[in-house]
Amino acid sequence: MHLIVFILFAVFCLAGAVNLLLQTHPINSALSLIVVMTSLAVLYLLLGAEFLAAAQVIVYSGAIMVLFTFVVMLLNAGREERTLGSKAAKRIGFPAVVVILGVLSTLVLHVEGLGNAGPDNPITTTEDLSRVLFHELLLPFEVTSVLILIAILGAVALARKGHGDHEPDNKSAQEGTVAK
Amino acid sequence: MNFLLTSQVPLSWFLVLSAVLFVLGIVGFLIKRNLITVFMSIELMLNAVNLSFVTFACQWHAVKGQIFVFFVMMVAAAEAAVGLAIIIAIFRVRATLAVDRIDLMKL
Repeated sequence: MHLIVFILFAVFCLAGAVNLLLQTHPINSALSLIVVMTSLAVLYLLLGAEFLAAAQVIVYSGAIMVLFTFVVMLLNAGREERTLGSKAAKRIGFPAVVVILGVLSTLVLHVEGLGNAGPDNPITTTEDLSRVLFHELLLPFEVTSVLILIAILGAVALARKGHGDHEPDNKSAQEGTVAK
Repeated sequence: MNFLLTSQVPLSWFLVLSAVLFVLGIVGFLIKRNLITVFMSIELMLNAVNLSFVTFACQWHAVKGQIFVFFVMMVAAAEAAVGLAIIIAIFRVRATLAVDRIDLMKL
């Protein structure tokens, strides 16, 4: 059963990731990224991480992707134009990609002693997770809440209208012409 | 068919899947020409790394690996909020999302 579910959702995952690369419209890429993230949640369940599977669906395919689709629609992002890209990407980037994939997969496939994911694996419950999180790792947790607060303030400050020099300049220029 | 129903999945398959997803994220970062999809490729790479964290947490029966994934998710949420705000600010000044035309730090 685990093997069937793994193969099914790994194929979904890879198909979504490849579709993200092939689509030219950003909204299609965003939707295929949602497919990738939701199938990753199923893979987390196979590995016995039930809280992370729920968090993956809620945080990633819920909150973050809603933010992405919101921005795609807000900016009215159209079809992207395919250009050749930089020479550095072609000469160094793609060989490096092949090397990374080769090294990673040979390393992983030659590691001894990796176990299996099956029905008899223990499931990490939310209780186990929160016991460690709120006893041993309480300080990092609180620091992350400060990080989120700063990120909210930064996002508001960055996306606020008229913080650049351009719009005030235009306004003063218009006022100047009106005054003349 | 019975083999499929009873057998277990080797953890190395999860790690290979994670490596392939990470590489697809890098390729997307290199070939995509839209600022938002470049950002999506970064999210794809983060997800690939999360998958290998969960796999190793399953291998060593360690809860802390999963907690690290939880922290990565929170940082990714903060990063997405700030990154998309930067994209909106860039779009307001340049009126384009093509990375070929956004090649100056100066606004």
